[in-house]
Amino acid sequence: MDKNEKKVGYMTSMSKPGKGCAGDTGEWRVFKPVKDEEKCNHCLLCWIFCPEATITKDIEIDYQYCKGCGICAVECPTGAITMVKEEKQ
Amino acid sequence: MRVLETGNHFVALAVRSAGVEVVPAYPITPQTQVIEKIADLIAEGEMEAEYIPVESEHSACAALISASLTGVRAFSATASHGLVYMHEMLHYAAGIRVPVVMANINRALGPGWNIWCDHQDAISQRDTGWLQVFVSSHQEIVDTVIQAFLVTENRDVLLPMMVNLDAFVLSHTYMDAEVPSPEEVKRYLPPYRPRWRLDTRLPVTHGSVVYPVDFSETRESMKEGQENAREIIREAAKGYEEMFGRWHGDLVEEYRVEDARHLILAMGSAAAECRVAVDSLREEGHSVGLLRVRFFRPFPVEEIRRLCQDRDDLLVMDRNYSYGLSGALYSEVKGVLYGRTNIPVRNLIMGLGGRDVTHQLIERMAVKAWKGELDDITWADSHSTKSHEITKEMLGRFEEMLD
Repeated sequence: MDKNEKKVGYMTSMSKPGKGCAGDTGEWRVFKPVKDEEKCNHCLLCWIFCPEATITKDIEIDYQYCKGCGICAVECPTGAITMVKEEKQ
Repeated sequence: MRVLETGNHFVALAVRSAGVEVVPAYPITPQTQVIEKIADLIAEGEMEAEYIPVESEHSACAALISASLTGVRAFSATASHGLVYMHEMLHYAAGIRVPVVMANINRALGPGWNIWCDHQDAISQRDTGWLQVFVSSHQEIVDTVIQAFLVTENRDVLLPMMVNLDAFVLSHTYMDAEVPSPEEVKRYLPPYRPRWRLDTRLPVTHGSVVYPVDFSETRESMKEGQENAREIIREAAKGYEEMFGRWHGDLVEEYRVEDARHLILAMGSAAAECRVAVDSLREEGHSVGLLRVRFFRPFPVEEIRRLCQDRDDLLVMDRNYSYGLSGALYSEVKGVLYGRTNIPVRNLIMGLGGRDVTHQLIERMAVKAWKGELDDITWADSHSTKSHEITKEMLGRFEEMLD
């Protein structure tokens, strides 16, 4: 800044959390979690463990952002989530 | 409370009085006693804080940053290889603007493996954005640790501070000093009120990607924090003197400088030795004074410009070396004086790896410098030893073997 301008003041790298700031991460997916409604007991472990917060409390999976990491399938105690290979587009 | 303690234990006692709430740390010689004492105080119920044993210095600094971000007063301590191991996180702490304080017990960097006093560790962290202060006595350790929190937590500063004390010379020697009680310190240092913190009521992402269009200002803000710190440091020292009656200088400490033709500049415990040298040189009729540089960052630009002009010459002592140039303090002093004075500025490199810095050596070198018998940069205590002969012998044998 030149001599006549104001100072920057306290400035850090703060940002508001929001959906999808890294783009449509769902495109990265190789395996897709698929839920079996019959086996699901709504324990919400998948909702807790999903690192991308792409599973809602109603156990709806947001495929636009789900990267297909498979943590939900591993954590699911009733085997209600299976990882299915994505079809090549 | 007046007690007889080691420099390291005085750090711990000052940390308790300052009301520190979280201490993540990893032990390393010669810092270990600091965190041992803190762990003791917590275990005995004499200090209300969370102690986090971590698996490395890198993690210690990461935990230090995280603790501070939750809105509490946090402290750590390290030395030498521990400090350089957390180098990445030092940048992070300054960049994320946490007002943490860390004691660094100045120790040489290997190889050759050396646990003794040397400023290379701290000087190598010069450009991380941390405030860096070098102390010269046990009492100054106590008073500086307490003042450090007032400075770093000031909203015009909000940068971390490294309190540097010399290995063994200060860390392991016993002296008596006054330690203000937590109640007394509360009147000087109010409880920490974070400007922002990690809080689920208002979640923010911090330290994520910052594009070229936004980045530079975050760094200019750190520069402003350092610039602002100068006045805050002066006020903190003045306020401390008013409340506790003790003064160790602010950015610098002046010793018999008023009418001095020659000035010596030094940092840390070697600067205390310089006082003895100044007294004895004055008795021999030399007009000399000492300017003890307390703060290396922010650098005392105005003080050095004001106090170093109209002298015959300057002698800058460095217990470190910036390879390919000179001692670090020397190059900074010359830099801020550029275009303002033409007096000779000479550099003494001494006391590396714990070699004793005696007032006799300082006196001898000073007189030589004033007579013009020294190079601009002089390794003042270099000599050949038996161990050097072993290296030479082995090199000779390798030459025969590998030819």
